Amino acid sequence: MHVELTINGEKRSAEVEPRLLLVHLIRDVLRLTGTHIGCDTSHCGACTVLLEGVPVKSCTMFAVQARGKKLMTVEGLEQDGKLHPLQESFMAKHGLQCGYCTPGMLMTSYAFLGKHPSPTDDDIRHAISGNLCRCTGYVNIVKSVEHAAATLRDGGAR
Amino acid sequence: MTPRTSPEVGGMGHSMRRKEDPRFIRGKGTYVDDVELPGMLWLDIVRSPYAHAKIVRIDTAKALATPGVLAVITGKDLEKYNLHWMPTLMSDTQMVLPVDKVMYQAQEVAAVLATSRYAAADGAAAVSVDYDPLPVVVDPKKALAPGAPVLRTDKKDKKDNHIWHWEWGDRNATDRAFDGAEVTVKQDIYIPRIHVSSIETCGCVAYFDKVNDKLTVWMTTQAPHAIRTVFALVAGHVGLEEHKIRIISPDIGGGFGGKVPVYPGYVIAVAASVLTGKPVKWIEDRMENLQADSFARDYHITAELAAKKDGTLTALRIKTLADHGYTDAAANPSKFPAGLFHVCTGSYDLKAAHVEVDGVYTNKPPGGIAYRCSFRVTEAVHTIERMVDLMAHQLGQDPAELRMKNFVKPEQFPYKSALGWEYDSGNYGGALQKAMEQIGYAQLRREQVEKRQRGQLMGIGISSFTEIVGAGPSKHFDILGLKMFDSCEIRVHPTGKAIARFGTKSQGQGHETTYAQILAEELGIPAKDIQIEEGDTDTAPYGLGTYASRSTPVAGAAAAVAAGKVRDKARKLAAHMLEVAEEDLVWEPGKFSVKGAPSKSKTIQECAFAAYTNHPQGMEAGLEAVSYYDPPNLTYPFGSYICVVDIDTGTGEVKIRRFVAIDDCGNIINPMIVEGQVHGGLTMGLAPALYEEISYDENGNIQGGSFIDYLVPTAVETPKWEVGNTVTPSPHHPLGAKGVGESATVGAPAAIANAVVDALWHLGVRHVDIPITPAKVWKLLRDKGVTE
Repeated sequence: MHVELTINGEKRSAEVEPRLLLVHLIRDVLRLTGTHIGCDTSHCGACTVLLEGVPVKSCTMFAVQARGKKLMTVEGLEQDGKLHPLQESFMAKHGLQCGYCTPGMLMTSYAFLGKHPSPTDDDIRHAISGNLCRCTGYVNIVKSVEHAAATLRDGGAR
Repeated sequence: MTPRTSPEVGGMGHSMRRKEDPRFIRGKGTYVDDVELPGMLWLDIVRSPYAHAKIVRIDTAKALATPGVLAVITGKDLEKYNLHWMPTLMSDTQMVLPVDKVMYQAQEVAAVLATSRYAAADGAAAVSVDYDPLPVVVDPKKALAPGAPVLRTDKKDKKDNHIWHWEWGDRNATDRAFDGAEVTVKQDIYIPRIHVSSIETCGCVAYFDKVNDKLTVWMTTQAPHAIRTVFALVAGHVGLEEHKIRIISPDIGGGFGGKVPVYPGYVIAVAASVLTGKPVKWIEDRMENLQADSFARDYHITAELAAKKDGTLTALRIKTLADHGYTDAAANPSKFPAGLFHVCTGSYDLKAAHVEVDGVYTNKPPGGIAYRCSFRVTEAVHTIERMVDLMAHQLGQDPAELRMKNFVKPEQFPYKSALGWEYDSGNYGGALQKAMEQIGYAQLRREQVEKRQRGQLMGIGISSFTEIVGAGPSKHFDILGLKMFDSCEIRVHPTGKAIARFGTKSQGQGHETTYAQILAEELGIPAKDIQIEEGDTDTAPYGLGTYASRSTPVAGAAAAVAAGKVRDKARKLAAHMLEVAEEDLVWEPGKFSVKGAPSKSKTIQECAFAAYTNHPQGMEAGLEAVSYYDPPNLTYPFGSYICVVDIDTGTGEVKIRRFVAIDDCGNIINPMIVEGQVHGGLTMGLAPALYEEISYDENGNIQGGSFIDYLVPTAVETPKWEVGNTVTPSPHHPLGAKGVGESATVGAPAAIANAVVDALWHLGVRHVDIPITPAKVWKLLRDKGVTE
């Protein structure tokens, strides 16, 4: 089947099997390997991408379901050579260790901060509860998201 | 500690941002599944639904007729090359693919090679296998009972399921101490089977280049050099010699011990690539990872502790059954089949101790690897910390006071434990005191009394653990004969920048940053000017890899020693340029200056340039050094954790209200990274304490084989950890550092379990095995007559 979509602002198309999972389209066909696979069952959130601005677990969607839609992956966060405040904050606050869950965490947090500019610690914890991290114990991820929220409120937004 | 270097240089003590982060936050890391080569084939694995069964027939016809499928590989195919069995790290044997029978549910039965990920999966689904089920043994006690089916029928003279007996310590002295003891406590403690569940599963891309006879394997391994040697030893007879094998460990999405062993999938992928001459990719899915990869723990412990009435602890006696599954594929130093379990006297000055462990075969996946823990240390710490608490409660003493009374005292270091370890340094009372002050211990005890009068259940648990890491001294430590040294090679370029390579492999610990900081400290070259590389056996010096918190204690020390050699040569170059004697030079990080004439100086960068442009006659050009560091002793990080829980009498849920963790890992390289390691370690201590367990039903069916029922904590369950530290340097490590990655995983479960029992003690509860689930607590409460 033919799939046309916009990913990180770029129009892409591919011929795919109807059963191809969205995450495999992104990784294996479009070769955007920042989106990761951790469980295949939508529990770990490593494959989280934004579909029309809404975080989805791309391991549990078919590629054809994204036909004609706008997708954003971790590779779309940096624009014109400028990192997104979330990316800066994750580095500044040590919000990542092995880096494997990080793209999913960033995408979930990106969508969350879009709707909740001043979240509490607990708000953030609930927001990222669909994203598992085995390295950090979440403390510094929460701090990173808080820090990014503050930067965005102070006009660091785009 | 005030840093000796400026932030620009970024030596020890600076919370420098990590050098690996810019690629990770852009999604530009290279993990194994990101490796794609032209013409690459895919491997998928057919797995057994039975825990023990004869293989009657494998029908591959339908699979071979599936579009894209090129071959189905079975044990019979590998048998032709004598590759159907392989050695484990503990010198037992493990099937790559079975010829006669399967020994656990989810065991590899056949592999399908195809042109795509999906075609390989289609092929695997189309392989039809007829099994003849055999009696299943899941309980290690029953496995040892007379008449139990003998599982390892491949071992000709094997008449039972007993693997080995191991004991340590003075049995007679211990028995005498118990015979004359004023007070004893005894407890059965089960530390269940769990799984590291790194978010990245295991996998590889194997490529055998038939023109150059060279095998390159990108694989999820924590120990690339050891893997290369193992491959050469196992497959040398089919032409894979060590100089023709290159192992590349790319970015690793968490290891925690699960990426130390050699899994059958790696070997099958290599065999498939050697046969086809094409690159072959094998990537596990999560259920394969949880069901078939090496597990951790599974220790059935009976412990006894003896004391005087005044609370002076005197002796410890432990007997353990270690359930190893169908083969002993643990990752332990060869000499120690139960790992470092005999550090079980912990932080206490016991005069006598004896420990016995018996390894047992059952119909479960192999393993006995770590779960973010140095060889069986969590098992040891959990046991002693539970027993000390039990004794305190039995005697009616405060658990903190009893610990303070029995700690090894600062002036006793270096301290020889009853089981023969020489602890390097410690200040156990200092850490516990700090934790008590930070959490407000006395006030919490008062609150507990009040709450108890109102029928509310609140508990306070302490764990004052001693870790044992940095394996290890070559006299005692090897894996398959390979001594457990580690290495660093430094090359300083003419312009004063440098590259350093190591025998270890980071899986998220931040080695690219911390190693650069060590070298910055020792050489004064800014950390940003030092490129760190690991994980490529064609370029890095030989080392035993990263696990058991050994990178800083061993490879970090190698970095300091290699830097010393570079500095020694730089001194000669500086003396030559300044036309003074070497002994007239004074070193401060980054610079040699002339004694009494500090304006006359040469920077390390100037020395580097001279090494290639102006070296004295008779001296070799270049500024390089390598060190293979053999540690004189292990390091003994320690800490004291205090946990406060509230228990919901209606649901049995344990709520962690506060958790204070005071860690001491000696001198600190990067405080930000150390804190991050503690946060992560605490969460992997919480996980088995309250949530994670892999169990089996009587037919050997796994319970907990997916993330639906294997409960990895999310941010919501995870407490807001409160961390702090004390600093007691290691006297024998060149930097005074000790290692930190696993301390918290080792120390945390006992603090949580002790808090729960503390909350329930007055009801008559003496012990609860982890994971302490709401169901377990609810049942205990109802049994003890507590209603909502």
